[in-house]
Amino acid sequence: MLKDKARIVRELGKIVGPNAVICEEDELRVYDTDGLTIFKAMPDVVVLPNSAGQVAEVVKVCHREKVPFVARGSGTGLSGGALPLEGGVLIGLNRMNRILEIDYENKRAVVEPGVINVWLTNAIAARGYYYAPDPASQLACSIGGNVAENSGGVRTPKYGVTTNHILGLEVVLPDGELVQLGGKTLDTPGYDLVGVFVGSEGTFGIATKVIARIMKKPEAVKTLMAVFENLEDASNAVSGIVAAGIVPVSIEMMDNNAIQAVEKGVGAGYPLDAGSVLVVEVDGPRAEVEALVHPITEVCEKNHVREVRLAKDDAERLLLWKGRKAAFAAMGQISPDYYVQDAVIPRTKLPQIMAYIADLSKKYGLRVANVFHAGDGNLHPLILYDSRNEGELHKAEEMGSEIMKACIGMGGSITGEHGVGREKREYMPLMYTEDDLEAMKKVKRVFNPDGVLNPGKIFPTGAKDVKAGPSGQRGIVEKVLGHS
Amino acid sequence: MTGPAADTIAAGGFDRIDPPDTEIYLDCVHCGFCLPTCPTYLVLGNEMDNPRGRIYLTRAISEGRSKITDRFVEHMNLCLLCRACETACPSGVKFGFLMEAARGQIERNYQYPPAEKRFRDHVLRTFTDLDRLETLTGLLRFYQQSGLQRLVRASGVLSLFGRLGKMEALLPPIPDQRLRKELPEVLPARGQKRARVGFLAGCVQRFFLPQVNASTTRALAENGFEVVTPREQGCCGSLLVHEGEREHAKAFARRTIDTFERAGVDFIVVNAAGCGSVMKEYWELLHSDAVYRTRAEAFSQKVRDTSELFAQTPANGRLRELPLKVTYHDACHLAHGQKVRQQPRNLLKAIPGLQLVELAESDFCCGSAGVYNVFHPEVAQKFLDRKIDRIKETGAEVVVSANPGCTFQIERGLKERGLGIRVVHPMELLDWSYRGAMPSGLRRI
Repeated sequence: MLKDKARIVRELGKIVGPNAVICEEDELRVYDTDGLTIFKAMPDVVVLPNSAGQVAEVVKVCHREKVPFVARGSGTGLSGGALPLEGGVLIGLNRMNRILEIDYENKRAVVEPGVINVWLTNAIAARGYYYAPDPASQLACSIGGNVAENSGGVRTPKYGVTTNHILGLEVVLPDGELVQLGGKTLDTPGYDLVGVFVGSEGTFGIATKVIARIMKKPEAVKTLMAVFENLEDASNAVSGIVAAGIVPVSIEMMDNNAIQAVEKGVGAGYPLDAGSVLVVEVDGPRAEVEALVHPITEVCEKNHVREVRLAKDDAERLLLWKGRKAAFAAMGQISPDYYVQDAVIPRTKLPQIMAYIADLSKKYGLRVANVFHAGDGNLHPLILYDSRNEGELHKAEEMGSEIMKACIGMGGSITGEHGVGREKREYMPLMYTEDDLEAMKKVKRVFNPDGVLNPGKIFPTGAKDVKAGPSGQRGIVEKVLGHS
Repeated sequence: MTGPAADTIAAGGFDRIDPPDTEIYLDCVHCGFCLPTCPTYLVLGNEMDNPRGRIYLTRAISEGRSKITDRFVEHMNLCLLCRACETACPSGVKFGFLMEAARGQIERNYQYPPAEKRFRDHVLRTFTDLDRLETLTGLLRFYQQSGLQRLVRASGVLSLFGRLGKMEALLPPIPDQRLRKELPEVLPARGQKRARVGFLAGCVQRFFLPQVNASTTRALAENGFEVVTPREQGCCGSLLVHEGEREHAKAFARRTIDTFERAGVDFIVVNAAGCGSVMKEYWELLHSDAVYRTRAEAFSQKVRDTSELFAQTPANGRLRELPLKVTYHDACHLAHGQKVRQQPRNLLKAIPGLQLVELAESDFCCGSAGVYNVFHPEVAQKFLDRKIDRIKETGAEVVVSANPGCTFQIERGLKERGLGIRVVHPMELLDWSYRGAMPSGLRRI
């Protein structure tokens, strides 16, 4: 519990106004978790500023009082990155949701951090432009959160991740100073501080303005759905497509469980009896795009594809994507709870890891839905469990840990795009030596010397990992940390 | 169909009468897809005022970790029950049922301040009691026609009446009641009879928009439907369900079922989205009623929005030119509540000469939401302003609305901005087209 809470609340209230401070437990509760409900931690105060100036003033108070604080966007994160693990002040940026400037000639836009990812594309679509990074949660997640986590999306194989699309940032540092990083051009002289900041998981500062690249829509786009009897054939097809030197915009894979959830929730037209489907999209000049359809189909055929269906128009294309992107969100259709992994493996290992996960699924007696970015080897096995059954969450976590270790063993990593956050901090030593971690901590200390901004994230605490309670209930994390 | 099983009934801070269904909590995976589609989240900007937050708060009470507090009630009551979140939710969370059940709990277990309670009761009784409405419309029509309204508004005396004064500002013009009284009990089908349908005349619709009912029944008859408007029908209970007065609503639902069962009809046709939505869900409202449960299920199966009926049996060839530029507003309880979006648009497109332009954010709540604009006028105004901005962008001459609440709300918003745009029901347009009679004052394209 925050010391002097009443005084601090009063002071924060003067900065942001009475309608932007939340400090009672029956309201704070909604801020105690995000998109990954196995972790919970209640803030002492939530403030909802509406300008960079207000953010800076709030941060100054936190800095002076040595009160831990953390930023939150839409609360859709999947690594517990926005959880106030040590209580303190949670700064909600969702009210800072204005698109400030769109410069078509120079292909850039300036937005506030609370702008929802898809809003930017919606605002520029009529002029034939779009914002490329498109996490599956793009209907809800904020661009500020994307910057913090360096989010990927389904276009990653061709267009990269968030950091490839950010030109500059306005940032409030952990002492309240407002600084500019980068600028409006592709490369500013000196160190690439924007590159350092993007993906810092909310531990270096709070972005209050984002200068993002926008892109002209390509002349043509084609989306294919390839239906396979099993995951192995689909996995081999992915390797085949990449080996053929084709660079698709996306190669996404879904297994049968994922298809069941998506079809119940959205009805996107995926065949319910398929063992696996691939969604492959190519874009570019019309001639190039049309020339690519044939070799992709050929690779699929070599790998025993049952059917390759080319989306006949934009409506069908968008529906396929709507289904794919709603897959996590549709899991409630087939399971009360899920625990998503975000491991990465070299693409060539896809068939092996899929087989391994299937074995684990049998061993633990827990279903798995696979829906992921096959094109860049970024797995998302969703371990399905029911928190009402005693011990099932624990089993899910054990199983997740085995998957992660296997991925590292195959030369992969523990997170592709969701971030380390709270969830995977204890796994970091599996990937890095102590020296590696110390080097990273040194970088962190440059920005965040006192560690008051977003404590408890990324770095292992050394303690035996605490297990959270079932979702929807107050977790042990909260109890251990004493925020009752 | 969900209904609480015995072992899941009641816990924590809720009582045992229709507690929120715990299965609904489990459907929610906390993804946040609903957030940007929730009007109150966009306007109020905090996570207590969005579906994910409201589910979380409700669940905490169910599980005994929290209680029904003032703040809980405030956030639950700020919900428009527009159900845009249901459209957005890939996991199929039945948020409307959860909210209705939670409001039922609030209604029984929370003590409103006495003045608040009186105000709520007064508003709900007024809009759901036909006798009261009859008296009221008479008085209000006199108030408006006699010039008294102008006098009162000019005097500034309304500001002394607080919320009642604000309600006065929401008053639509009260039409001549002859049209309502002339609605025949049975209107024969023209040409070959396709089906016999029972028509719900509604409460507000009947008194405040009798021309819509007249147009609806005529258009139905023109299309081969024999239209029965049972005289003894009352309120369907829609407003009461939304406001948590479930027991009262159940009584109304049983009476409505009785009435239309007696009428012996193939379908029950509704031209007010809010009423239709609740009637299609009588099965849920009456799920614990041993006598009415199966009857409610059968009844709900027969309920159709007018536009659905026309979609099944397309409008015939007698339509005449209606050279109007119109835009269509999706009433929440049609688009989100009943998943009826395309049928009314198809109907409008079938009218020759009529140009339909799409309205941006057409399914974003206008802020009427039953009596929401009476209980939360300031917040409701923000939704209305947004709606009017979008309407203005279309350049349409007419806004089409299939729900009386939306119609009044949007009409008022247009008038406030001095915009000469008319709000009409799709059945009115269809009726005009059948009769080749477009009312004066509308600009042709």
